[in-house]
Amino acid sequence: MHELAITQSMLDLVLEQARKVEAREVKQINLVIGEMSGFVEECVQFYFDFISKGTIAEHAALSFKMIPTTARCRGCGKLFELREFDWTCPNCQGNSMEIISGKELFVESIEVE
Amino acid sequence: MKIKVLKDILGANEQIAVRNRELLDKNNVLAVNLMSSPGAGKTSLILATIKELKQKARIGVIEGDISSSLDAQMVGKEGVPVVQINTGGECHLDANMVSNALGNLPLPDIELLFIENVGNLICPASFSLGSHKKVVISSVPEGDDKPFKYPLMFHIADAVLINKIDLLPYLKFDVEAFSQAIKGINERVEIFPVSCTTGQGIQQWVAWLLTQMGRR
Repeated sequence: MHELAITQSMLDLVLEQARKVEAREVKQINLVIGEMSGFVEECVQFYFDFISKGTIAEHAALSFKMIPTTARCRGCGKLFELREFDWTCPNCQGNSMEIISGKELFVESIEVE
Repeated sequence: MKIKVLKDILGANEQIAVRNRELLDKNNVLAVNLMSSPGAGKTSLILATIKELKQKARIGVIEGDISSSLDAQMVGKEGVPVVQINTGGECHLDANMVSNALGNLPLPDIELLFIENVGNLICPASFSLGSHKKVVISSVPEGDDKPFKYPLMFHIADAVLINKIDLLPYLKFDVEAFSQAIKGINERVEIFPVSCTTGQGIQQWVAWLLTQMGRR
């Protein structure tokens, strides 16, 4: 549901960057989204199609790079992907870990003309 | 032409959150962002905390709801300053809404400010408000699997309250497993089992709040 607010912020950011280089059209927007942020691609796309109408980003393609939630075990140092309903280290079965990735939410780059 | 951007999508919200924090600090207000699913007991906790702390600290409240001012009316009866934010459909509070609400509160007369977020365990986790502490309330009837379903919310929490512990004899909720799951991804979290109905555990929670106020 928060995809609307996120999509609006993303569009504002993209248009601001495009304006800086006096672009005529935004062709592509490359997004990096961490799995933990709970974002649904289809939802962002849906809102984007709606709110980008009449802007220079209207026909931009959205590309999503999804980043899995990974953690480092505080016991043995092993890096692993956090599985649903099982937060134990696959190496030592430890249950204390530091989150390494999965919280990302940024615009990596845009392609403009 | 490809342009590198590498900018946080919520950067604009973050900037307003930083300004909110500066305003709060200038007025010596400790702000607590209270988050939970609907019905976990955010308003009940605020009321129980006011009852316990009224003599020791000057409290203010920002009530966030999609619509209605029921919560604000309930809190207002306790004689504390309260501002209602109606998000008009948005599922979370953002820094700008809080900024507007701060302008309608007598900040110099407030030491402890509760910001009751919209009931939701997903969206509010992504939006900084400028608060000093993020507190999540989970309740026994919701079940003990919530950390696995909403990891970001439990990862960012400074404190987690397990509310409605008076219902533990009737429902399946493993307090130990629940606490362990959260501590696994959030080493510094404090966990408080409480019941806003019986008052159990409220003193420990209030003691933690007073410590945070002193530490600031």
